Amino acid sequence: MTHEEILQGLYDNTLVGNAPEVRDLVNRGLEDSLEPEKMLYDALIPSLEEVGARFERGDFFVPEMLIAARAMQGALDILRPLLAETGVEQVGTYVMGTVKGDVHDIGKNLVNIMLEGAGFQVWDLGVNVAPEVFVEKVQEHQPDIVGFSAFLTTTMPMFKANINALEKAGIRDDVIVMVGGAPVTQEYANAVGADGYAADASTAVRLAKDLIQRKRSAVPA
Amino acid sequence: MIGPERPFVVIGERINPTGRKVFQAQLQAGDLSQIEIDVAEQVAGGADMLDVNVGDPLADEIGLMAKAVPLVQGLTDLPLCIDSSVIEALESGLEAYDGKALVNSVTGEDERLEAILPIVARHGAAVIGLANDDEIPMDPERRVEVAKKIVSVAGDHGIPPEDVVIDPLAMPVGAEPRAVTLFLETLGLLREELGVNTTCGASNTSFGLPGRHTLGAAFLAVAQSHGLTSAIMDARRDETVEAVRATDFLLGRDEWGAEWIRRYRAKQAAATA
Repeated sequence: MTHEEILQGLYDNTLVGNAPEVRDLVNRGLEDSLEPEKMLYDALIPSLEEVGARFERGDFFVPEMLIAARAMQGALDILRPLLAETGVEQVGTYVMGTVKGDVHDIGKNLVNIMLEGAGFQVWDLGVNVAPEVFVEKVQEHQPDIVGFSAFLTTTMPMFKANINALEKAGIRDDVIVMVGGAPVTQEYANAVGADGYAADASTAVRLAKDLIQRKRSAVPA
Repeated sequence: MIGPERPFVVIGERINPTGRKVFQAQLQAGDLSQIEIDVAEQVAGGADMLDVNVGDPLADEIGLMAKAVPLVQGLTDLPLCIDSSVIEALESGLEAYDGKALVNSVTGEDERLEAILPIVARHGAAVIGLANDDEIPMDPERRVEVAKKIVSVAGDHGIPPEDVVIDPLAMPVGAEPRAVTLFLETLGLLREELGVNTTCGASNTSFGLPGRHTLGAAFLAVAQSHGLTSAIMDARRDETVEAVRATDFLLGRDEWGAEWIRRYRAKQAAATA
């Protein structure tokens, strides 16, 4: 198998969510001294981006997105330590959770995978996360961004509660706040004082990179 | 009106702003006119009960609930299910309601039980109990444990078991292949060990999938045969409502198919009118 064939195989098999085949191809690539970065940036990420694009267009459905993400996750489990060794630049760090009172996690998990795929380090706090837990974890990990997810109109007010808790702890300005979830709108994100809102996982990743860029360039050297 | 030997109770889910941007904007402006259309469509579709949820974080949910309940009661005699996670909105809905309401919902979390059950008891209402606490158990036994706790605490507040309707939690099968089998196993245990009435948000099952109405119809038929006695569901769709009525007939809860035949005649008459 040529390197080209391995990369194509990684792309094709991630797209259809064939996790065992993706794992085998990653290992095969490593044996053939194909660089981890190449597998990540030339095959896995483009494939997951295509999955995201198809999902946005309505050509792909939730199970297809999830198995593709799982295949990607399997590849990342093998590649992550190697990428760290070779000092691949980390795009950013992210603390993520579904707000208190809400146990919906499909959308949040998809965003996490897309973020990890794009080179973010993500700490997932799970579902039903209380404001004080968000504060504690932001203090502990000092991420670039904290993300709040809500799937219910009735749990969206927790965005504001979380932001208030960050303010009270004196760390609101140390972290970028992004919000999302099915019923959330840009208007609502503005109303609660969030820094960013995205309607889907791919947009969330682009916006996350953009917000970090802006924040870093705003800091006087 | 919900019971194992009785016909399945179709609770119309439509009066709910989740995923409806126009309705959300109307609620924020205090405009309830969409509710009249939602009621008419669900009554025509064959709903037995209507869920009323007017929750929007940028709207005055408590005030809206106090107006929405009498509005709906002025349009139909169907009983209502007062749906909110805001305790004051449940209370304002119950205060405005004439009759015995169903409250949607309480979980197995102590804080929620202690806040909501006294209000349910005070208004002589029934309540939906979700079989989760601060997390969703992924095995049937633990869901049943939560259900038992809810029934028991409800009893402490003077709410009899027949007024507690347990939701075993219908979750998206597109995200968890075991979601529906786990649901069915929980239903079986609930029937054996508690004998309570049951309900669920049936549309959750088909989340993120194509052919949602067909999947919903199949899910309802299977769930009914495993003991589900009601569902909060799309009451405007023929596929789903007819699946429920057909299953009632097949399971002996519509003797001689009287209701099945009546629906057929009503549809025929509507088509020729």
